[in-house]
Amino acid sequence: MNEPRDPVDNPSRRGFVGAAAAAGAGLGVLALAPGLHLVEVSEANAPSAGASSKVRWGMLIDTNKCSSGCDACVKACASENGINETVRDPRQASQWIRKIELKEPRSGREHSLPMMCQHCAHPPCVDVCPTGASMKRADGIVLVDRHTCIGCRYCMLACPYKARSFVHLRLTEQNPEVPRGIGCVESCTFCVQRVDKGLKPACVEACPEGAMLFGDLKDPNSEIARRIAQEKTTQVRGDLRLDLGVRYQGI
Amino acid sequence: MQSELNNRLEGPTFYVLAGIGALISLIGVAGAIYMGQHGHQASGMNNQIFWGMPHVFAIFLIVAASGVLNVASIGTVFGKQAYKSRGPLSGLLAITLLAAGLFVIMLDLGRVDRLIIAMTHVNWVSVFGWNMVLYPVFFGLVGVYVWVLMDRKMYAYSKPVGIAAFIWRLVMTTGTGSIFGFMVARQAYHSALIAPMFIVMSLAWGLAIFLLFQRAMYCWHNMELNEEIRRRLGNLLGVFIAAVFYFVLVYHLTNIYFAKQTGFEHFILVSGGVFPQLFWGGFVLLGTAIPLLLLFVPALQRMRGSEIVAAVLTVGGGLCFLYVFIIGGQAYPLDMFPGMEVRSSFFDGQIDHYVPSLPEMMLAIGGFGVAFTLTLIAVRVLRFMPEDDLAKLKASGALRD
Amino acid sequence: MAIMKRTLVGLAAILLLAPICATAGVPKPNLTIENPGQCIAPVQEMRVNHMKMLNHSRDRALRQGVRTEKANLIGCIDCHASKETGSVMGKGGFCEECHTYTAVKLDCWDCHQPKSARFRTGAAAAEGAKP
Repeated sequence: MNEPRDPVDNPSRRGFVGAAAAAGAGLGVLALAPGLHLVEVSEANAPSAGASSKVRWGMLIDTNKCSSGCDACVKACASENGINETVRDPRQASQWIRKIELKEPRSGREHSLPMMCQHCAHPPCVDVCPTGASMKRADGIVLVDRHTCIGCRYCMLACPYKARSFVHLRLTEQNPEVPRGIGCVESCTFCVQRVDKGLKPACVEACPEGAMLFGDLKDPNSEIARRIAQEKTTQVRGDLRLDLGVRYQGI
Repeated sequence: MQSELNNRLEGPTFYVLAGIGALISLIGVAGAIYMGQHGHQASGMNNQIFWGMPHVFAIFLIVAASGVLNVASIGTVFGKQAYKSRGPLSGLLAITLLAAGLFVIMLDLGRVDRLIIAMTHVNWVSVFGWNMVLYPVFFGLVGVYVWVLMDRKMYAYSKPVGIAAFIWRLVMTTGTGSIFGFMVARQAYHSALIAPMFIVMSLAWGLAIFLLFQRAMYCWHNMELNEEIRRRLGNLLGVFIAAVFYFVLVYHLTNIYFAKQTGFEHFILVSGGVFPQLFWGGFVLLGTAIPLLLLFVPALQRMRGSEIVAAVLTVGGGLCFLYVFIIGGQAYPLDMFPGMEVRSSFFDGQIDHYVPSLPEMMLAIGGFGVAFTLTLIAVRVLRFMPEDDLAKLKASGALRD
Repeated sequence: MAIMKRTLVGLAAILLLAPICATAGVPKPNLTIENPGQCIAPVQEMRVNHMKMLNHSRDRALRQGVRTEKANLIGCIDCHASKETGSVMGKGGFCEECHTYTAVKLDCWDCHQPKSARFRTGAAAAEGAKP
């Protein structure tokens, strides 16, 4: 967030303004736009192209590598997304990502894993949202549009993963790039503000064990797609057939 | 005759009652403003139990609003004389109860200031989205219905309008039930049975509220309800209460049958503390068994006011049921990893507890204040008093001496 | 009838007096333009259309992930934030001055950060140094 936006924004902004100022404005834009477009498709996530349905962002979490008691991902998420408010009742606090500890009662085998919005291909929260504030981008990232969220919390009832939180109090210390505030529902965004710049989500970057892998599920050459093709992975509550963006290994 | 009839409501009684009603409504508004200012941290709701007391009361009022119209429907759609004269009051209560329910649910939104967005941005896949059509059309249809019932010149239209309103209220309550019925993620809610169950509940709760308000109106007019009509309405209430019990029974039995849901059923019916207490003590004993005794044991039934006690208990039982259904359903943890022991910093795998705060209780109770005040003003301004033409009733066989 | 007449007279009085009151009671906005001449469009166009531009860019950014619109709230804040307070809000704040004057309520700041990112990091460092 502290990085100046200029390197990303300025070239295209200047280009846009320049083109508009040109006498044959229409021609200028036309000439410029296809050029930009070509570059962006090859990069998959350059800023001006926007979210493309040719991409499906996903995450693979190897629970064998995830160590119990480590919450580096949770801390990284909180600092990236400005989740820094103090809440009287911890049950009213926002948790975009949390660590879950599992124990198989018979064998006593334990697992530890991070849980967050699973970025379903068929998200129940999007289906039930009365205003369309819950929405899925073309690249599969599920978001809440806070401009139209009325805070009815129906999506929280619909979510099978308890991935959504409701903001119970007035906030003032938001990260400028991650607006969040009172009376709206929110959840993990895959750090969309970073992904749109070509960066990985904060949690993935912070994991000391490299247990979290982020990438494009639709690109057969991406590491995530190759590993999902080769190894056994699980979708939590696979019985619901929501086609999740987040997959787990080792549970 | 009219002025003589309206004696009690003409005088200071009206202003005292309206004042009390307005005060309760204002208490509700005050609770909502407080929650709006401080955010929902001022409520007992949290990220696991995010629908609380306001939703219990609002859903009760919305469901009862649909059911209370049943009295008018029996009159015009099914042609029963004794119910015809009660049609206008039934329609009026349908409108005021729905308005009161919406008042509560709207003021509980996280962003009350964005109501206009709820009306202008509609997601047609969402059951909540359908409500943007279901509720306004209900208001419109019932408004017209009351008009054609009260205006002699328009009475000829009462049958088609009545049928439309009858169908619409079934659709509306199906919608209310489906808010929960379509929730695939949750053990408590995912059931096709919920929509019809809500319809049957609407009949019982709506009739109970109707009986209470009708009783109040007869009181204000210094009149006593005809014994035969009283018995008939009481019988009907009894049938509805029994039907509700049947649906709740089947709903729980099917849940118990599905192995994956036995944990939840054990929680709601046996081990869950306040929830089984409210279910067995509140809903089953006070809200079902005692009303049925009052309405069907001849000695008790003959006692004056027995059907009123039964109606009060039905309302209380309904609220208990919704508390268990809505809050108990959220208190039980989501089963994401079947067969595993789960714990986390976000209370996964734990049963949550809920203590409503004062502001949210004020908002919830405020709903009843709104319904009462609106109805009171309407019955003072227009003639909603059921005026039974006893001769006609006798002729039609609805009354026996 | 008498009530109606009185109401009408009252309404007329309010309508007539309102502009006078407005000019008399509310001070004109006192704006400081921190970086003159660098706006994305001429002043007149910005005054009339800034809300439309922001609405358009917000929907594109949020729903389509297009973050290259020349009007974008973070850019506006970074440029217009007061060099003293670092914010576009508060007394003398770029947004607040005009919006108070025109009595148009803003609810951007329930969710968005009105302080410039550059200032925030600077302020944090300064605060850390103080004690």
